[in-house]
Order: sequence, then structure tokens, then C-alpha cells
Amino acid sequence: MKHLPYVLFALWFAALAAVPFLASNYIVKIATFLAMYGALALSWNFIGGYTGYPSFSTAAFFGLGAYSGALLQNAGVWVGFAWLGGAVVVTVFAALLGFAILRMKGHYFAIASIALVEMLMLTASLWSGLTGGGEGLNVKIMPGGPDYIGRVFLYTMLGIMLAAFIATVLVDRSRLGFGLRCIQQNEDAADMVGVDVRRYKTAAFALSAVFCGAVGAAYASWVAYISPSDSFSILLTLKVPVMVLLGGPGTVFGPIIGSAAFVLMEETIWARFLDYHQAILGLVIVLLIFFLPGGLLKLFSGRRAS
Amino acid sequence: MSAPLLQIDGLSKNFGGVQAVRNVSFKLDEGEIVGLIGPNGAGKTTLINLVTGVLQASGGTVRYRGEDVTGQRPFQAARRGLARTFQIVQPFPGMSVLENVVAGALFAGAAGSRAEAEAAAMAHLEFAGLAEQARRPAESLTLPSRKRLELAKSLAMKPRVLLLDEVNAGLNTAEIDHALGLIRSIAARGITIIIVEHLMKVVLSLSQRILVLHHGELISAGRAEEVVNDPAVVEAYLGSKFAERQKKMAAAASS
Repeated sequence: MKHLPYVLFALWFAALAAVPFLASNYIVKIATFLAMYGALALSWNFIGGYTGYPSFSTAAFFGLGAYSGALLQNAGVWVGFAWLGGAVVVTVFAALLGFAILRMKGHYFAIASIALVEMLMLTASLWSGLTGGGEGLNVKIMPGGPDYIGRVFLYTMLGIMLAAFIATVLVDRSRLGFGLRCIQQNEDAADMVGVDVRRYKTAAFALSAVFCGAVGAAYASWVAYISPSDSFSILLTLKVPVMVLLGGPGTVFGPIIGSAAFVLMEETIWARFLDYHQAILGLVIVLLIFFLPGGLLKLFSGRRAS
Repeated sequence: MSAPLLQIDGLSKNFGGVQAVRNVSFKLDEGEIVGLIGPNGAGKTTLINLVTGVLQASGGTVRYRGEDVTGQRPFQAARRGLARTFQIVQPFPGMSVLENVVAGALFAGAAGSRAEAEAAAMAHLEFAGLAEQARRPAESLTLPSRKRLELAKSLAMKPRVLLLDEVNAGLNTAEIDHALGLIRSIAARGITIIIVEHLMKVVLSLSQRILVLHHGELISAGRAEEVVNDPAVVEAYLGSKFAERQKKMAAAASS
């Protein structure tokens, strides 16, 4: 019974991996989005779920990863290394800025984390010599037919999601994870009990950045064109936390369940109500706050939902 | 003679124009139980906060086992062996009682593994009389139990010095007696204790020495009977009625 969630996750992973052999390219694209949002949600969970810091920096990490990866690739770096480079740049960025903004708590931290997104978007728009400014940036198109490319990016995103998942399992069982939960529960008490809160929070913020950076860089290669408004999207920065809250924050499986439920809803229902898309997102947020503060996972087990 | 366990020299703290702690100096030897008393707002909790790194001193030094630890942060104090309880209890509400204590054992008590930390935590919970509640969420505990949880948590940190900030506030007489028993057996383990307390009965029955703070200044320090008869202390804190009662009791005891 204890292993059941892991078995279900393995089945879900295998199902996504099998999609190219069973379904059309359109479905492959949806599977890629499922993996991509799964990775982003798992990332946010480190800082927003375990540590309880309401971060809206997802788009900052994603966009910075996209631009770093694209620029490296355009400079002639092999695509795999470019993605890795994107992840490294974003992690260093998060560790340095995290140290500064993680001194703030609650609403102040939330606003500072949104400011990171805006700051990077302005930089990308204004530094046209490097980034192409508002006109955007073309990224080398990968050689190969659409079927092949579709598979490459599906497996890339699945790989990042798996890495983020493994990192989550490891953190969940480690001292770091326990310390982060202490911080989420009562930061002053955590400090008094011997948790080095600044270092732990910075580690959580960096963990929440690394996979976002990789996803962003891979995304840039996938779509082959990035622009500031597309890469540093406020909608993305809001969507990802909602996914985690929907699934169950501070849990191993919540982000996977939440992101899957959200993306599937988006594809099946909201796509039919394009005009009301964002209104429905707002409604979901309100319903979540009122009826499901512990997320969908809490419906199945009352355990460890905060 | 070896250096005192804790040595405070000229410690001060200003909040804007208010001097909450002024030029306080005292020493603490290994194994002592020292009472810290004074009227509300005298700076007792501020002093505890300065010693444990929650607040940074405006002046003066804190030396612990011969080492200058004045600028330390709370987690460093905890790892060095300076544990404290809070006047307003600070549990991790959503975690189980056991996990609360495990946190102390794991992060400050130098437990090597989670299993080791849990074993140690269970022993401390049994000591504090909370073993049966180990699996319950900390937020479900009553106030007396929460106070005992604070004690168990700070013991799990393997402290050398335990600073107890009003562990008895809000407890009834029976509960206080129970807490007194716990504090005595903690002291019997050789842990040095500073106890902040308003109930003179508790202070007098426990402390070997008493420090009295008033308006942030140390106005008296010494053995219990000296301090309670000190006119400055009677004036500032105890009141003359208490002094008379104390004298009568002393007379009755000697006759």
C-alpha cells in the first residue's frame, strides 16, 4: 500500500513515454506539456510547498533558462550542453538573489519574487543587442522531421520531470526536507531548534530554479523562437503554484497530480471557452482556497497536509 | 579555576530610544540554577533573546565556554548547547509531537540519523510525560502539554544551558508542581538552568542564586535570602507585604 503511489507514478510516466507510439503528434504535444508542467510544479513545490514561501519566480527562472539556453545554442554550444548551461545560470541566479529576497516573508516575499520576473523581462526587452529585444530571438531549428522532433522534446521534458521527481523524493526523506518543513511550520522555532534557516531557504530556492531553468532552455529549442513576453509570462508564474495547490503542496505526488489535472482540464474544457480562460483560472483559485486548502491529495489521505 | 560556562559583560540593547537592557553583567557556572526575576517590562525576555542570538546586542559581550559568541545567530546558539523555551510556546503545529522533538535532536542534538533522533525524542517524551501523545499533532495539545513539549524539545537539543522563559505561566498549582519536578530532574542531569519566573514560590524553591532586573538594569544578585531582603528588590518588585511575610516565615522557622 505504501508503494502504491510510486507504482502509479511509474505507470503515468510509462504512459506518457508510450504516447508517440500510440497517438498523433497533437497528443504527443499534450504529453510534452504534461511532463513540462510536471517538472515546473515539482520545482515550485520545493520553495512554495515544503518551505511555505509564496514564490512567483517560476517565470523568471523559466525565461532566464530559455534565453541562456538559446544564446548558448546560437553561440555554437551543443544543444544538450546549452540546456545544462541554462539550468546552471538560473541556479546561480536564484542562489544569489534568493539570499537577498528570502529575508522577506509572506506578501513582501511574494511581491519581490514577482519583481524578479518583471526585472528580467525588462532586461530582455531592452538589451536588444544581446536578446533581440521585443522582436524576440530565433533559435536554431533542430534537424529532423516533426515526428522525430516531437519525440526528442517529449523525452527531454520527461527526463527533466523524472530528475525533479527523484530530487523531490530525496529531499522529502532527508534532513533538508525536514528542516524545510520546520521552516514552513514556524520559522523562528526552526531557527531556535538549530536549523540554519538562511542556508536552507536558499537551497530550496535554488532547487526550485534548477529544473525550471532546464525546462526553459529545452522549451526555447522546442519552439525555436522566444520573446520577452512569452518567456517571462505572468500567467505561467501564477499557473504553476495553482497546480501545486490543486494537487497538494509539500507532498511528493501533489505537484504531479495537480499539474496533470490542470493541463488536462485546460486542454479538454477551457480550450472550448477561450474567452473565459483566465476567468476560469481565477475561479479555480478561489475554489481551491475555500474548499481544498490541502489539495486533491488530501481527499485521498488526511496525512501531512498543512 | 576554569572559565565560567556563560559570562555576560556589559550587555545592552536599545530599541530606538528605549534601553531595554542596560549594562548587564553576570556569570553562570556549570550546574547552577539561577532565577531571573523582575517586574513586567524589566527586560528579562530581551536578555534571554540577547544570549540566544534572537536579538543582536547594542553593546557588551556574551562569552560561552570561554568563546566570544556575541554575534551568534539562534541556530548557532542551539548547536552550541544554549537551548531555550519560549514564554509563548512555539511548536511546529502541523507536525506530530514526536516530530517536534525529533527536530531538536536532529538539528541541534547532533543525532546521526533519523532513527537515532526518534529514539532520543521518544525518551525525552517519556521523561516529559508525553509519550502517549507522540503521534498526535502538536496543535492538538493542551497548554500544559505544550509547555512540556517545549521542555522535551529543548532537552533533545542536548543543551548545557537551558533558559526557561516562564515555563509555568498559565499553569495551575498541580501542573506547576509537576513542572517543578521536571525542572529538578533536568538540573540533576547536570544541565545549567536560567529560569525566568514570576512565581516567587517557584523561584525560591529552585534557584541557588537570583538575578533581579529592573528597567533593564541588574539591581541585585546573590543568594535567594539575600535578594528577597534587599530593600531595592522589595521596592522595585516584591512589595513590602511580601517582605513582611518572608520575615515572619523566617522567624517561625527559627523559633
